[in-house]
Amino acid sequence: MSEATASQTTASGSDRPMIEIDHLNKWYGSFHVLRDINLTVTKGERIVICGPSGSGKSTMIRCINHLEEHQQGSIVVNGVPMTNDVKRIEQIRRNVGMVFQHFNLFPHLTVLENCCLSQIWVQKKPRAEAEKTAMEYLERVQIANQALKYPGQLSGGQQQRVAIARALCMRPEVMLFDEPTSALDPEMIKEVLDVMIELAHEGMTMLCVTHEMGFAKTVADRVIFMDQGQIIEEAPPHEFFNNPRSERTQLFLSQILGH
Amino acid sequence: MTTDSTFRTEMIEAREAPDQRRGVIGWFRANLFNGPINSIVSIVVIYLLARLVWPFLEWAVIDADWIGTTRDACTGDGACWVFISARFESIIYGFYPDAARWRVDIVFALLAILVAWLAVPKLPYKKWVALFALVGLPIIAYFLLVGGSFGLEYVPTRAWGGLMLTLTIAVLGIVGSLPLGIILALGRRSKMPFVKGICVIFIEFWRGVPLITVLFMASVMLPLFVPGDFDFDKLLRALIGIMFFWSAYMAEVIRSGLQAIGKGQTEAGQALGLNYWQRTGLIVLPQALKLVIPGIVNTFIALFKDTSLVLIIGLFDLLAIIRAGLTDSNWLGFSTEGYVFAAAVYWVFCFSMSRYSQYIERRLNTGHKR
Repeated sequence: MSEATASQTTASGSDRPMIEIDHLNKWYGSFHVLRDINLTVTKGERIVICGPSGSGKSTMIRCINHLEEHQQGSIVVNGVPMTNDVKRIEQIRRNVGMVFQHFNLFPHLTVLENCCLSQIWVQKKPRAEAEKTAMEYLERVQIANQALKYPGQLSGGQQQRVAIARALCMRPEVMLFDEPTSALDPEMIKEVLDVMIELAHEGMTMLCVTHEMGFAKTVADRVIFMDQGQIIEEAPPHEFFNNPRSERTQLFLSQILGH
Repeated sequence: MTTDSTFRTEMIEAREAPDQRRGVIGWFRANLFNGPINSIVSIVVIYLLARLVWPFLEWAVIDADWIGTTRDACTGDGACWVFISARFESIIYGFYPDAARWRVDIVFALLAILVAWLAVPKLPYKKWVALFALVGLPIIAYFLLVGGSFGLEYVPTRAWGGLMLTLTIAVLGIVGSLPLGIILALGRRSKMPFVKGICVIFIEFWRGVPLITVLFMASVMLPLFVPGDFDFDKLLRALIGIMFFWSAYMAEVIRSGLQAIGKGQTEAGQALGLNYWQRTGLIVLPQALKLVIPGIVNTFIALFKDTSLVLIIGLFDLLAIIRAGLTDSNWLGFSTEGYVFAAAVYWVFCFSMSRYSQYIERRLNTGHKR
């Protein structure tokens, strides 16, 4: 199965693995949340991760930029192996953008300042240059006209688009999406998904935890189904949706698509 | 044909909210006299206020004596403010030598200008003015007030007193306890057991001891422990004690603010590659401090008022110098005037801080959480 997907993804990017997760195990106390996760993501690949709540999907992608610490196994991001060294972690984080379920914009800063902060402090760019980059990305998510407002003055969909722009400003190699549309009103989901689809078409390497199956069908190279901390099934979307192999996946799909 | 659905053809225009206020009389009706019980309560309260406030006004303003230089000027039935005006210089400067009081005036003026500059949002160069206020002013104030260099006469701190001493202690206490409190609050939340332990012990020790004890320790006990020829100033010792004492309170106020900032903010900062100090200084602290402005200013106000406790270790602050004036044989029997005046001075400073904090809170409000 994995060979089949690998040959399929070569078309969308080079063969260089962007993320290599090898025998990853994680416990919360004595609770085994991630069990022997193996996942290789090549450059330009778009992966959608789904599964019931508590299955460890968020935890897994949060391990990739060390928001969660793992106890066993290894993670290599863009050739840099993850260790507990703070400098190393920060080096990896500079290459990995993340979008959160609850946006996590900085409420005391304007939209523009939100986008400039890490460019100025992490990349040490001059303010004018940072603002130019920020406006470019805000333009791309179609929110440049709100640049001087505070996050609290925007709708949920607008805030999430700002959050995407903020992550993109760092010009990351990989984007992680942790249920980006779950906290949104239904009428705002589309504007965020449109931005994500556009990003996918531009060749960004993406890992998305989401329940938006339409999005998975449109852009994913691979869909991963997780349950109880394990990867149960991993397949290209048409295979995943049309003939899921495991019973657990079939049940999940019937519940999520059946309503 | 009938249907059970309805629909609108025209949208209703937005209208202005109805006006709830109907003049002064309307306000009185609505708030003081809306019903028999409230009317009775209002009348009783107004009567009591009149009974209390009017005699006070009579005493403090109408029947008071204002002009004169000696006790002989006190002829009326009311307060004799001549007591205050005759001793005004010493209330402000304490025992500071007459010839050198211009030095205190310069420091007062500088302080007033800098505070006003920082308080008015429209004025530019805030960063540099703040830097000057925190670094330049203390150095200039030190050389001017202490003297002993640049041809200025040396004035030992035991000659300091009055409002000048109160403000010195209050300003240094405030400026010292806030940053120290921030560091302690961050330390207490640290994951490093050693740092955390030190901060917890420091906070719990200073919070558990009364300020009077701290001052006694600073003035009486400390000299017993340090070598005899190593004499460091009593005012300095008291200042350090006050700073440590209030920084412990400040730390807990600030920690409550840090606690209120969601984990998501830190995570967003981490995901962007910001390091600990950047996340703390740029994301967490600005939000946390804004949240606890009322608590911080509350602590400032308590600190300001508690500077009067230094009188028990023989420092002559505003209150102590007024008390000293009461024992002057020329001015026996004017304690009410003295204490009312002291209360008024403390109140003006504390109330200004309170109002300014409310103004700052409104100004920093960016609308909504998250």
